[in-house]
Amino acid sequence: MYVAVKGGERAIDNAHAWLAEERRGDLDVAELSVAQIREQLRLAVNRVMGEGSLYDPDLAALAIKQARGDMIEAIFLIRAYRTTLPRFGHSEPVDTGAMACDRRVSATFKDAPGGQILGPTFDYTHRLLDFKLAAEGDVPEAAVGTPRAEPTPHITEFLNQEGLIQAEPESEATPGDLTREPLELPSNRPLRLQALTRGDEGFVLSMAYSTQRGYARNHAFVGELRIGKVAVEMDIPELGFAIEVGEIELTECETVNQFQGSKTEPPQFTRGYGLVFGQSERKAISMALVDRALRWKELGEDDMSAPAQDEEFVLYHSDNIQATGFLEHIKLPHYVDFQSELELIRKLRREAEAAAQPGDAKSRDDASATSPEAAE
Amino acid sequence: MTVELDRRGWMSLLAKAPMAELAPLWRALNMSPEFQWLRAPEVGATMVRGRMGGTGAPFNLGEMTITRCSLQLDDGVVGHGYVQGRDKEKARMAALVDALMQGEMADRVCRDVLVPLAGAFRDAKAERAAKAAATKVDFFTMVRGEDK
Repeated sequence: MYVAVKGGERAIDNAHAWLAEERRGDLDVAELSVAQIREQLRLAVNRVMGEGSLYDPDLAALAIKQARGDMIEAIFLIRAYRTTLPRFGHSEPVDTGAMACDRRVSATFKDAPGGQILGPTFDYTHRLLDFKLAAEGDVPEAAVGTPRAEPTPHITEFLNQEGLIQAEPESEATPGDLTREPLELPSNRPLRLQALTRGDEGFVLSMAYSTQRGYARNHAFVGELRIGKVAVEMDIPELGFAIEVGEIELTECETVNQFQGSKTEPPQFTRGYGLVFGQSERKAISMALVDRALRWKELGEDDMSAPAQDEEFVLYHSDNIQATGFLEHIKLPHYVDFQSELELIRKLRREAEAAAQPGDAKSRDDASATSPEAAE
Repeated sequence: MTVELDRRGWMSLLAKAPMAELAPLWRALNMSPEFQWLRAPEVGATMVRGRMGGTGAPFNLGEMTITRCSLQLDDGVVGHGYVQGRDKEKARMAALVDALMQGEMADRVCRDVLVPLAGAFRDAKAERAAKAAATKVDFFTMVRGEDK
Protein backbone atom coordinates (compact mmCIF):
# COMPACT_ATOMS: atom_id res chain seq x y z
CA MET A 1 0.00 0.00 0.00
CA TYR A 2 1.29 3.46 -0.87
CA VAL A 3 0.60 6.11 1.73
CA ALA A 4 1.13 9.71 0.67
CA VAL A 5 2.94 11.62 3.37
CA LYS A 6 3.11 15.36 3.72
CA GLY A 7 5.09 17.45 6.12
CA GLY A 8 8.63 18.62 6.66
CA GLU A 9 8.44 21.78 4.56
CA ARG A 10 9.55 23.99 7.40
CA ALA A 11 12.40 21.63 8.31
CA ILE A 12 13.49 21.51 4.67
CA ASP A 13 13.47 25.30 4.30
CA ASN A 14 15.48 25.70 7.48
CA ALA A 15 17.92 22.99 6.43
CA HIS A 16 18.54 24.80 3.14
CA ALA A 17 19.01 28.12 4.89
CA TRP A 18 21.57 26.53 7.18
CA LEU A 19 23.22 24.91 4.16
CA ALA A 20 23.66 28.38 2.62
CA GLU A 21 25.22 29.64 5.84
CA GLU A 22 27.56 26.65 6.10
CA ARG A 23 28.50 27.05 2.46
CA ARG A 24 29.62 30.60 3.18
CA GLY A 25 31.62 29.48 6.21
CA ASP A 26 33.32 31.89 8.62
CA LEU A 27 32.32 35.44 7.69
CA ASP A 28 35.74 36.69 8.78
CA VAL A 29 37.22 34.80 5.82
CA ALA A 30 36.81 36.44 2.40
CA GLU A 31 34.17 34.89 0.16
CA LEU A 32 35.42 32.80 -2.74
CA SER A 33 34.48 34.24 -6.13
CA VAL A 34 33.48 32.13 -9.12
CA ALA A 35 36.37 33.69 -11.05
CA GLN A 36 38.81 32.57 -8.34
CA ILE A 37 37.55 29.00 -8.61
CA ARG A 38 37.71 29.14 -12.40
CA GLU A 39 41.29 30.42 -12.38
CA GLN A 40 42.81 28.75 -9.33
CA LEU A 41 40.97 25.42 -9.08
CA ARG A 42 41.12 24.82 -12.80
CA LEU A 43 41.61 21.06 -12.64
CA ALA A 44 38.47 20.74 -10.54
CA VAL A 45 36.67 22.89 -13.11
CA ASN A 46 37.95 20.60 -15.86
CA ARG A 47 36.63 17.51 -14.13
CA VAL A 48 33.20 19.07 -13.69
CA MET A 49 33.12 20.08 -17.37
CA GLY A 50 34.21 16.63 -18.54
CA GLU A 51 31.86 14.56 -16.41
CA GLY A 52 29.12 17.18 -16.59
CA SER A 53 29.52 16.91 -20.37
CA LEU A 54 29.41 20.67 -20.90
CA TYR A 55 32.38 22.88 -21.71
CA ASP A 56 31.80 26.15 -19.86
CA PRO A 57 34.43 27.03 -17.23
CA ASP A 58 32.31 29.75 -15.59
CA LEU A 59 29.35 27.43 -15.09
CA ALA A 60 31.56 24.64 -13.78
CA ALA A 61 33.17 27.05 -11.30
CA LEU A 62 29.75 28.23 -10.15
CA ALA A 63 28.65 24.61 -9.71
CA ILE A 64 31.72 23.87 -7.58
CA LYS A 65 30.97 26.86 -5.37
CA GLN A 66 27.30 25.91 -5.03
CA ALA A 67 28.21 22.28 -4.28
CA ARG A 68 30.74 23.32 -1.61
CA GLY A 69 33.43 21.47 -3.50
CA ASP A 70 31.49 18.21 -3.76
CA MET A 71 32.51 17.26 -7.28
CA ILE A 72 29.71 14.80 -8.01
CA GLU A 73 27.13 17.27 -6.74
CA ALA A 74 28.70 19.94 -9.01
CA ILE A 75 28.61 17.54 -11.97
CA PHE A 76 24.96 16.84 -11.18
CA LEU A 77 24.20 20.58 -11.31
CA ILE A 78 25.90 20.89 -14.70
CA ARG A 79 24.10 17.85 -16.10
CA ALA A 80 20.79 19.30 -14.95
CA TYR A 81 21.58 22.69 -16.50
CA ARG A 82 22.74 21.06 -19.73
CA THR A 83 19.32 19.55 -20.29
CA THR A 84 17.78 23.05 -20.37
CA LEU A 85 19.92 24.21 -23.30
CA PRO A 86 18.59 24.02 -26.84
CA ARG A 87 21.08 22.26 -29.08
CA PHE A 88 22.08 24.30 -32.10
CA GLY A 89 23.88 21.44 -33.79
CA HIS A 90 27.13 19.58 -33.62
CA SER A 91 30.70 20.52 -34.38
CA GLU A 92 32.97 19.20 -37.05
CA PRO A 93 35.20 16.58 -35.39
CA VAL A 94 37.99 18.54 -33.70
CA ASP A 95 41.43 18.33 -35.29
CA THR A 96 43.72 17.38 -32.43
CA GLY A 97 46.65 17.25 -34.86
CA ALA A 98 46.38 21.05 -35.10
CA MET A 99 46.35 21.46 -31.31
CA ALA A 100 48.38 24.30 -29.83
CA CYS A 101 50.16 22.02 -27.36
CA ASP A 102 50.85 23.22 -23.83
CA ARG A 103 52.10 19.76 -23.09
CA ARG A 104 53.08 16.86 -25.28
CA VAL A 105 54.98 13.83 -24.09
CA SER A 106 55.60 10.38 -25.47
CA ALA A 107 56.70 7.39 -23.43
CA THR A 108 57.64 5.51 -26.60
CA PHE A 109 59.74 7.87 -28.74
CA LYS A 110 62.35 10.06 -27.11
CA ASP A 111 63.21 12.08 -30.21
CA ALA A 112 59.81 12.50 -31.83
CA PRO A 113 59.48 15.62 -34.00
CA GLY A 114 58.08 18.38 -31.81
CA GLY A 115 59.92 16.94 -28.85
CA GLN A 116 58.90 16.26 -25.29
CA ILE A 117 57.08 19.33 -23.99
CA LEU A 118 56.44 18.95 -20.26
CA GLY A 119 54.02 21.86 -19.86
CA PRO A 120 52.55 22.85 -16.49
CA THR A 121 52.79 19.41 -14.91
CA PHE A 122 52.84 17.91 -11.40
CA ASP A 123 55.24 15.26 -12.74
CA TYR A 124 58.71 15.41 -11.17
CA THR A 125 57.48 17.51 -8.25
CA HIS A 126 58.42 16.04 -4.89
CA ARG A 127 54.89 15.92 -3.52
CA LEU A 128 56.04 17.78 -0.45
CA LEU A 129 53.57 20.29 0.92
CA ASP A 130 54.61 23.77 -0.12
CA PHE A 131 53.98 26.00 2.85
CA LYS A 132 54.84 29.05 0.79
CA LEU A 133 51.38 28.66 -0.78
CA ALA A 134 49.84 29.18 2.65
CA ALA A 135 51.16 32.73 2.56
CA GLU A 136 50.33 35.25 -0.11
CA GLY A 137 53.15 35.97 -2.45
CA ASP A 138 54.07 36.79 -5.99
CA VAL A 139 54.60 33.99 -8.45
CA PRO A 140 57.76 34.27 -10.54
CA GLU A 141 57.04 34.45 -14.24
CA ALA A 142 57.47 31.26 -16.23
CA ALA A 143 60.45 31.06 -18.58
CA VAL A 144 59.92 31.41 -22.30
CA GLY A 145 61.56 29.64 -25.22
CA THR A 146 61.27 29.62 -28.97
CA PRO A 147 58.36 27.55 -30.17
CA ARG A 148 58.27 25.64 -33.42
CA ALA A 149 56.00 27.21 -36.00
CA GLU A 150 54.53 24.08 -37.56
CA PRO A 151 51.90 21.92 -35.82
CA THR A 152 53.07 18.98 -33.73
CA PRO A 153 52.45 15.67 -35.54
CA HIS A 154 50.78 12.73 -33.82
CA ILE A 155 53.30 10.11 -32.69
CA THR A 156 51.21 7.23 -34.02
CA GLU A 157 51.71 8.66 -37.53
CA PHE A 158 55.30 7.41 -37.40
CA LEU A 159 54.23 3.85 -36.59
CA ASN A 160 51.50 4.17 -39.17
CA GLN A 161 54.01 5.00 -41.90
CA GLU A 162 55.67 1.64 -41.30
CA GLY A 163 52.32 -0.14 -41.07
CA LEU A 164 53.20 -1.32 -37.58
CA ILE A 165 50.07 -0.02 -35.92
CA GLN A 166 46.51 -0.81 -36.74
CA ALA A 167 45.13 1.93 -38.99
CA GLU A 168 42.20 3.92 -37.68
CA PRO A 169 39.56 3.40 -40.39
CA GLU A 170 38.42 6.68 -41.90
CA SER A 171 34.73 7.32 -41.52
CA GLU A 172 32.21 10.12 -41.45
CA ALA A 173 29.45 7.98 -39.94
CA THR A 174 27.13 9.87 -37.61
CA PRO A 175 27.92 8.68 -34.09
CA GLY A 176 25.19 7.65 -31.67
CA ASP A 177 24.53 10.01 -28.79
CA LEU A 178 24.02 8.69 -25.26
CA THR A 179 22.34 11.92 -24.23
CA ARG A 180 19.64 11.43 -26.85
CA GLU A 181 18.99 7.70 -27.06
CA PRO A 182 19.22 5.23 -24.19
CA LEU A 183 22.27 3.00 -24.29
CA GLU A 184 21.64 -0.39 -25.83
CA LEU A 185 23.97 -3.37 -25.82
CA PRO A 186 25.98 -4.46 -27.62
CA SER A 187 27.08 -0.86 -28.20
CA ASN A 188 29.89 0.37 -30.43
CA ARG A 189 33.18 2.20 -30.02
CA PRO A 190 31.85 5.76 -30.56
CA LEU A 191 29.23 5.24 -27.83
CA ARG A 192 31.79 3.64 -25.52
CA LEU A 193 34.12 6.60 -25.98
CA GLN A 194 31.30 9.02 -25.20
CA ALA A 195 30.42 7.07 -22.06
CA LEU A 196 34.06 6.92 -20.96
CA THR A 197 34.83 10.60 -21.52
CA ARG A 198 31.88 11.58 -19.29
CA GLY A 199 32.39 8.65 -16.93
CA ASP A 200 33.49 9.01 -13.32
CA GLU A 201 37.23 9.61 -13.11
CA GLY A 202 37.64 7.29 -10.13
CA PHE A 203 35.70 4.49 -11.78
CA VAL A 204 37.51 4.76 -15.11
CA LEU A 205 40.86 4.99 -13.30
CA SER A 206 40.14 1.82 -11.30
CA MET A 207 39.00 -0.07 -14.38
CA ALA A 208 42.18 1.01 -16.20
CA TYR A 209 44.30 0.03 -13.20
CA SER A 210 42.69 -3.40 -13.12
CA THR A 211 43.83 -4.01 -16.71
CA GLN A 212 47.38 -3.07 -15.73
CA ARG A 213 47.31 -5.50 -12.84
CA GLY A 214 46.34 -8.35 -15.11
CA TYR A 215 42.55 -8.36 -15.41
CA ALA A 216 42.65 -8.41 -19.25
CA ARG A 217 45.88 -8.76 -21.13
CA ASN A 218 46.46 -5.14 -21.96
CA HIS A 219 49.95 -3.77 -21.46
CA ALA A 220 49.83 -0.18 -22.67
CA PHE A 221 52.50 2.36 -23.51
CA VAL A 222 51.51 5.99 -23.61
CA GLY A 223 52.37 6.63 -27.24
CA GLU A 224 51.40 10.21 -26.79
CA LEU A 225 49.76 12.51 -24.33
CA ARG A 226 48.96 16.04 -25.47
CA ILE A 227 47.15 18.91 -23.83
CA GLY A 228 46.23 22.19 -25.45
CA LYS A 229 43.63 24.20 -27.24
CA VAL A 230 41.80 23.31 -30.41
CA ALA A 231 39.30 25.33 -32.39
CA VAL A 232 35.72 24.06 -32.56
CA GLU A 233 34.21 24.43 -36.01
CA MET A 234 30.52 24.26 -36.67
CA ASP A 235 28.56 24.43 -39.85
CA ILE A 236 26.24 27.46 -39.82
CA PRO A 237 23.18 26.68 -41.95
CA GLU A 238 22.26 30.33 -42.58
CA LEU A 239 25.77 31.02 -43.89
CA GLY A 240 26.33 27.81 -45.79
CA PHE A 241 29.84 27.40 -44.40
CA ALA A 242 31.56 26.47 -41.16
CA ILE A 243 33.06 28.95 -38.72
CA GLU A 244 34.97 28.49 -35.52
CA VAL A 245 32.45 28.94 -32.73
CA GLY A 246 35.04 28.73 -30.01
CA GLU A 247 38.15 27.17 -28.65
CA ILE A 248 38.42 24.44 -26.03
CA GLU A 249 41.20 22.86 -24.06
CA LEU A 250 41.49 19.10 -24.47
CA THR A 251 43.66 16.27 -23.23
CA GLU A 252 44.30 13.50 -25.71
CA CYS A 253 45.99 10.19 -24.96
CA GLU A 254 46.92 7.54 -27.47
CA THR A 255 48.12 4.26 -26.09
CA VAL A 256 50.07 1.70 -28.06
CA ASN A 257 49.47 -1.93 -27.15
CA GLN A 258 51.18 -5.02 -28.41
CA PHE A 259 48.96 -7.35 -30.38
CA GLN A 260 50.03 -10.87 -31.29
CA GLY A 261 47.92 -10.93 -34.43
CA SER A 262 44.90 -13.00 -35.31
CA LYS A 263 43.63 -15.07 -38.24
CA THR A 264 43.09 -11.93 -40.29
CA GLU A 265 45.56 -9.41 -38.82
CA PRO A 266 49.37 -9.61 -38.71
CA PRO A 267 51.18 -8.96 -35.42
CA GLN A 268 51.10 -5.22 -34.89
CA PHE A 269 50.43 -2.51 -32.37
CA THR A 270 46.86 -1.56 -31.56
CA ARG A 271 45.43 1.63 -30.15
CA GLY A 272 43.51 2.84 -27.17
CA TYR A 273 42.14 6.35 -27.26
CA GLY A 274 41.31 8.94 -24.65
CA LEU A 275 39.99 12.46 -25.23
CA VAL A 276 38.69 14.59 -22.37
CA PHE A 277 37.73 18.24 -21.82
CA GLY A 278 40.40 20.37 -20.14
CA GLN A 279 43.74 19.38 -18.67
CA SER A 280 42.65 15.99 -17.32
CA GLU A 281 45.45 13.59 -18.07
CA ARG A 282 44.78 10.91 -15.47
CA LYS A 283 41.30 10.57 -16.94
CA ALA A 284 42.51 10.60 -20.54
CA ILE A 285 45.08 7.85 -19.92
CA SER A 286 42.51 5.79 -18.00
CA MET A 287 40.00 6.22 -20.80
CA ALA A 288 42.52 5.00 -23.38
CA LEU A 289 43.30 1.86 -21.38
CA VAL A 290 39.64 1.00 -20.86
CA ASP A 291 38.83 1.76 -24.52
CA ARG A 292 41.55 -0.69 -25.54
CA ALA A 293 40.35 -3.37 -23.11
CA LEU A 294 36.78 -3.08 -24.43
CA ARG A 295 37.99 -3.67 -28.01
CA TRP A 296 38.88 -7.32 -27.30
CA LYS A 297 36.01 -8.71 -29.38
CA GLU A 298 36.74 -6.76 -32.58
CA LEU A 299 40.43 -7.65 -32.26
CA GLY A 300 39.66 -11.33 -31.82
CA GLU A 301 41.30 -11.50 -28.38
CA ASP A 302 40.42 -13.97 -25.64
CA ASP A 303 37.63 -13.23 -23.25
CA MET A 304 39.51 -13.16 -19.96
CA SER A 305 36.26 -12.49 -18.08
CA ALA A 306 37.92 -9.34 -16.78
CA PRO A 307 35.67 -6.54 -15.49
CA ALA A 308 37.24 -4.03 -17.90
CA GLN A 309 36.37 -6.29 -20.86
CA ASP A 310 32.73 -6.39 -19.82
CA GLU A 311 31.02 -3.68 -21.82
CA GLU A 312 27.79 -3.93 -19.88
CA PHE A 313 29.56 -3.70 -16.54
CA VAL A 314 31.73 -0.74 -17.55
CA LEU A 315 29.13 1.29 -19.42
CA TYR A 316 26.33 0.78 -16.92
CA HIS A 317 28.47 1.72 -13.92
CA SER A 318 30.70 4.50 -15.23
CA ASP A 319 28.20 7.33 -14.88
CA ASN A 320 28.49 8.83 -11.42
CA ILE A 321 25.21 10.75 -11.66
CA GLN A 322 23.22 7.61 -12.39
CA ALA A 323 25.20 5.82 -9.69
CA THR A 324 24.79 8.45 -7.02
CA GLY A 325 21.13 8.95 -7.87
CA PHE A 326 20.37 5.31 -7.20
CA LEU A 327 22.73 5.06 -4.26
CA GLU A 328 21.65 8.18 -2.44
CA HIS A 329 17.95 7.64 -2.90
CA ILE A 330 18.07 4.91 -0.27
CA LYS A 331 18.59 7.55 2.43
CA LEU A 332 15.26 9.18 1.56
CA PRO A 333 12.10 8.09 3.38
CA HIS A 334 11.26 4.41 2.85
CA TYR A 335 9.03 4.19 5.90
CA VAL A 336 6.26 2.21 4.26
CA ASP A 337 8.64 -0.12 2.43
CA PHE A 338 10.42 -0.77 5.68
CA GLN A 339 7.18 -1.30 7.57
CA SER A 340 6.38 -4.24 5.35
CA GLU A 341 9.92 -5.62 5.79
CA LEU A 342 9.46 -5.38 9.52
CA GLU A 343 6.16 -7.25 9.36
CA LEU A 344 7.76 -9.93 7.22
CA ILE A 345 10.73 -10.46 9.55
CA ARG A 346 8.42 -10.74 12.57
CA LYS A 347 6.27 -13.26 10.75
CA LEU A 348 9.28 -15.33 9.69
CA ARG A 349 10.65 -15.29 13.21
CA ARG A 350 7.33 -16.37 14.67
CA GLU A 351 7.20 -19.23 12.25
CA ALA A 352 10.84 -20.23 12.81
CA GLU A 353 10.47 -20.14 16.56
CA ALA A 354 7.17 -21.96 16.50
CA ALA A 355 8.81 -24.71 14.47
CA ALA A 356 11.85 -24.91 16.82
CA GLN A 357 10.09 -24.72 20.19
CA PRO A 358 6.42 -25.52 19.85
CA GLY A 359 5.39 -24.54 23.42
CA ASP A 360 7.33 -21.23 23.69
CA ALA A 361 6.13 -19.19 20.69
CA LYS A 362 3.44 -17.20 22.52
CA SER A 363 5.67 -15.28 24.96
CA ARG A 364 8.13 -14.22 22.22
CA ASP A 365 5.26 -12.87 20.19
CA ASP A 366 4.14 -10.69 23.11
CA ALA A 367 7.62 -9.21 23.50
CA SER A 368 7.89 -8.14 19.88
CA ALA A 369 4.49 -6.45 20.02
CA THR A 370 5.75 -3.94 22.57
CA SER A 371 8.70 -2.75 20.45
CA PRO A 372 8.36 0.74 18.94
CA GLU A 373 6.87 0.82 15.47
CA ALA A 374 8.64 2.54 12.63
CA ALA A 375 7.10 5.96 12.43
CA GLU A 376 5.67 7.34 9.20
CA MET B 1 49.91 44.89 -38.57
CA THR B 2 47.67 43.63 -41.35
CA VAL B 3 44.92 41.07 -41.18
CA GLU B 4 43.49 39.25 -44.16
CA LEU B 5 40.03 38.23 -43.11
CA ASP B 6 37.12 36.77 -44.97
CA ARG B 7 33.73 36.42 -43.35
CA ARG B 8 34.60 33.02 -41.95
CA GLY B 9 37.76 34.54 -40.50
CA TRP B 10 36.17 37.48 -38.74
CA MET B 11 33.24 35.46 -37.40
CA SER B 12 35.68 32.90 -36.02
CA LEU B 13 37.73 35.65 -34.41
CA LEU B 14 34.65 37.23 -32.83
CA ALA B 15 33.43 33.85 -31.55
CA LYS B 16 36.67 33.25 -29.65
CA ALA B 17 37.33 36.82 -28.47
CA PRO B 18 37.11 37.41 -24.73
CA MET B 19 34.35 39.89 -23.90
CA ALA B 20 36.89 41.91 -21.91
CA GLU B 21 38.70 42.60 -25.20
CA LEU B 22 35.76 42.92 -27.57
CA ALA B 23 33.58 45.22 -25.48
CA PRO B 24 36.03 48.16 -25.12
CA LEU B 25 36.95 47.99 -28.82
CA TRP B 26 33.31 47.97 -29.84
CA ARG B 27 32.43 50.86 -27.54
CA ALA B 28 35.41 52.88 -28.72
CA LEU B 29 34.09 52.54 -32.25
CA ASN B 30 31.17 54.67 -31.08
CA MET B 31 28.69 53.31 -33.59
CA SER B 32 25.14 52.43 -32.72
CA PRO B 33 23.53 51.41 -35.98
CA GLU B 34 19.77 50.90 -36.01
CA PHE B 35 18.81 47.27 -36.47
CA GLN B 36 16.00 44.79 -36.07
CA TRP B 37 16.34 41.36 -34.53
CA LEU B 38 15.81 38.51 -36.93
CA ARG B 39 16.65 36.17 -34.08
CA ALA B 40 17.08 37.59 -30.60
CA PRO B 41 20.16 36.31 -28.75
CA GLU B 42 19.66 32.81 -27.40
CA VAL B 43 21.95 30.61 -25.34
CA GLY B 44 22.34 27.02 -26.39
CA ALA B 45 24.86 24.28 -26.92
CA THR B 46 26.63 22.48 -29.68
CA MET B 47 27.74 18.87 -29.40
CA VAL B 48 31.51 18.77 -29.83
CA ARG B 49 32.79 15.74 -31.68
CA GLY B 50 36.17 14.07 -31.67
CA ARG B 51 37.63 11.31 -33.79
CA MET B 52 38.65 7.85 -32.56
CA GLY B 53 42.42 7.73 -32.52
CA GLY B 54 42.46 11.40 -33.54
CA THR B 55 41.86 10.52 -37.20
CA GLY B 56 39.12 7.86 -37.35
CA ALA B 57 35.35 7.82 -37.07
CA PRO B 58 33.62 10.64 -35.15
CA PHE B 59 32.23 10.28 -31.63
CA ASN B 60 30.40 12.68 -29.34
CA LEU B 61 32.70 14.24 -26.77
CA GLY B 62 30.36 16.59 -24.94
CA GLU B 63 28.62 19.89 -25.45
CA MET B 64 29.86 23.47 -25.20
CA THR B 65 27.80 26.59 -24.63
CA ILE B 66 27.33 29.03 -27.47
CA THR B 67 25.12 32.06 -27.95
CA ARG B 68 23.71 33.10 -31.30
CA CYS B 69 21.66 35.89 -32.79
CA SER B 70 20.83 37.42 -36.15
CA LEU B 71 19.97 41.01 -36.93
CA GLN B 72 19.29 43.26 -39.90
CA LEU B 73 20.59 46.79 -40.25
CA ASP B 74 18.28 49.47 -41.64
CA ASP B 75 20.09 49.24 -44.98
CA GLY B 76 19.07 45.58 -45.19
CA VAL B 77 22.42 43.96 -44.39
CA VAL B 78 22.11 40.86 -42.20
CA GLY B 79 24.65 40.08 -39.49
CA HIS B 80 25.02 36.85 -37.56
CA GLY B 81 26.64 36.36 -34.18
CA TYR B 82 27.79 32.91 -33.04
CA VAL B 83 29.99 33.20 -29.98
CA GLN B 84 31.38 30.84 -27.35
CA GLY B 85 29.78 31.04 -23.91
CA ARG B 86 26.55 32.54 -22.63
CA ASP B 87 27.01 36.27 -23.16
CA LYS B 88 24.08 37.69 -25.16
CA GLU B 89 25.67 41.13 -25.31
CA LYS B 90 28.77 39.62 -26.88
CA ALA B 91 26.61 37.86 -29.48
CA ARG B 92 24.94 41.19 -30.29
CA MET B 93 28.29 42.93 -30.74
CA ALA B 94 29.56 40.10 -32.93
CA ALA B 95 26.46 40.27 -35.14
CA LEU B 96 26.76 44.05 -35.47
CA VAL B 97 30.43 43.77 -36.43
CA ASP B 98 29.52 41.04 -38.92
CA ALA B 99 26.88 43.29 -40.49
CA LEU B 100 29.11 46.38 -40.59
CA MET B 101 31.94 44.37 -42.14
CA GLN B 102 29.70 43.81 -45.16
CA GLY B 103 29.10 47.54 -45.73
CA GLU B 104 31.06 50.70 -46.31
CA MET B 105 32.24 50.91 -42.70
CA ALA B 106 34.17 47.67 -43.16
CA ASP B 107 37.65 49.21 -43.29
CA ARG B 108 37.18 51.18 -40.10
CA VAL B 109 35.57 48.29 -38.20
CA CYS B 110 38.34 45.99 -39.36
CA ARG B 111 41.08 48.41 -38.33
CA ASP B 112 39.60 49.35 -34.96
CA VAL B 113 38.05 46.05 -33.83
CA LEU B 114 39.25 43.04 -35.78
CA VAL B 115 42.91 43.95 -36.15
CA PRO B 116 43.40 44.55 -32.41
CA LEU B 117 41.43 41.37 -31.60
CA ALA B 118 43.52 39.31 -33.99
CA GLY B 119 46.68 40.80 -32.50
CA ALA B 120 45.62 40.00 -28.95
CA PHE B 121 44.66 36.47 -29.97
CA ARG B 122 48.01 35.93 -31.68
CA ASP B 123 49.94 37.38 -28.75
CA ALA B 124 48.13 35.19 -26.22
CA LYS B 125 48.82 32.11 -28.36
CA ALA B 126 52.46 33.05 -28.81
CA GLU B 127 52.91 33.60 -25.08
CA ARG B 128 51.62 30.12 -24.23
CA ALA B 129 53.63 28.55 -27.03
CA ALA B 130 56.79 30.27 -25.73
CA LYS B 131 56.18 29.01 -22.19
CA ALA B 132 55.57 25.51 -23.54
CA ALA B 133 58.78 25.69 -25.58
CA ALA B 134 60.74 26.51 -22.42
CA THR B 135 59.60 23.16 -20.96
CA LYS B 136 60.93 21.15 -23.91
CA VAL B 137 63.33 18.46 -22.77
CA ASP B 138 66.87 18.56 -24.16
CA PHE B 139 68.20 15.03 -23.87
CA PHE B 140 71.92 14.42 -23.61
CA THR B 141 73.74 11.13 -23.50
CA MET B 142 76.27 10.45 -20.79
CA VAL B 143 79.72 9.39 -21.99
CA ARG B 144 80.03 5.71 -21.31
CA GLY B 145 83.12 3.78 -20.28
CA GLU B 146 83.51 1.69 -23.43
CA ASP B 147 84.04 4.81 -25.59
CA LYS B 148 87.36 5.56 -23.96
